[in-house]
Amino acid sequence: MLHITCNGKPLTVPDGALLQQTAHQQLPTASVVILNGFQTAEEQPLRDSDSITVIEKGVMPPEDVLEHMMASRHSPQVHARVKQACVGIAGLGGLGSNIAAMLARTGVGHLILVDFDTVEPSNLNRQNYYVSHLGMPKAEATAALLHEINPFIHIEHHRVRINASNAVSIFGGCDIVCEAFDNPDCKAELVSTLLSETRHIRIVAGSGMAGYGSCNEIVTKRRMSRLYVCGDEKTAAENGVGLMAPRVSVCAGHQANMVLRLLLDLDTP
Amino acid sequence: MKVNGESIPASEGLTVSKLLEQKGYQVNRIAVEVNRDIVPKAQYDTYALHEDDVIEIVCFMGGG
Repeated sequence: MLHITCNGKPLTVPDGALLQQTAHQQLPTASVVILNGFQTAEEQPLRDSDSITVIEKGVMPPEDVLEHMMASRHSPQVHARVKQACVGIAGLGGLGSNIAAMLARTGVGHLILVDFDTVEPSNLNRQNYYVSHLGMPKAEATAALLHEINPFIHIEHHRVRINASNAVSIFGGCDIVCEAFDNPDCKAELVSTLLSETRHIRIVAGSGMAGYGSCNEIVTKRRMSRLYVCGDEKTAAENGVGLMAPRVSVCAGHQANMVLRLLLDLDTP
Repeated sequence: MKVNGESIPASEGLTVSKLLEQKGYQVNRIAVEVNRDIVPKAQYDTYALHEDDVIEIVCFMGGG
């Protein structure tokens, strides 16, 4: 007999059992079969301690099945680690709205989203919002979007302007905070405040991602013991140099990946 | 002392504020770390710098 896991539950199958056959026995309408994190349509023999996920295409699976699918996609160790993490996102513009979506897809278990502003038409060129969000507070709009991506993570959202006097009370419980503001003075104030008033928070900031220069200039650097900076560190948004979706999204990807690396105890950029 | 990896001589009575001024930084847009400890903004005027200090100054660009 083989002992495998199917949708997170132990299952015993006879020696020589086949993957697709077993999947369809478990869920006759199964159309997506994932073996050890890898989606496959091929028939093949199962091996002891294989992990399979069997889901119906186009249908939202229950929480335990989605959980198992995420764990097998990302590996159980990675999934468990990100699930217990708490990450703050300061600013939900081009960087923050995209970072939030990526961290929700990654399964980060607790997100604290903060922005004082509402969604406006000029945001749609790079920020992760739709026409239907116009006029909504960004914190609320992002929380609603994340719920559509992963309804099983915990989201706290605040419509407030962050400054030196409230940053620690909002983000004090976070392992990592993403600095995702637009204004350079606000970026500096948040970083100085959180690093000087807490001993544990690490910050992943964005600096220099305007225009359409080469994306290969956007990098992640560890600039201080608890500060990582993503961007080209030179291209500010200014008259004639606007913020555009590709470079802003690349920078957001750098930030989200650095968060993931830190959560997995990898502290090099 | 080293500032962002570059060796420069430490002058008598140098503070974080004076260094930032010499280097032409806009104080509101930066964060400063000395020997792996962040320097709170309120201490820039009084924080004395010494030979062998390792200083990192991060200047933030607008946009996000």
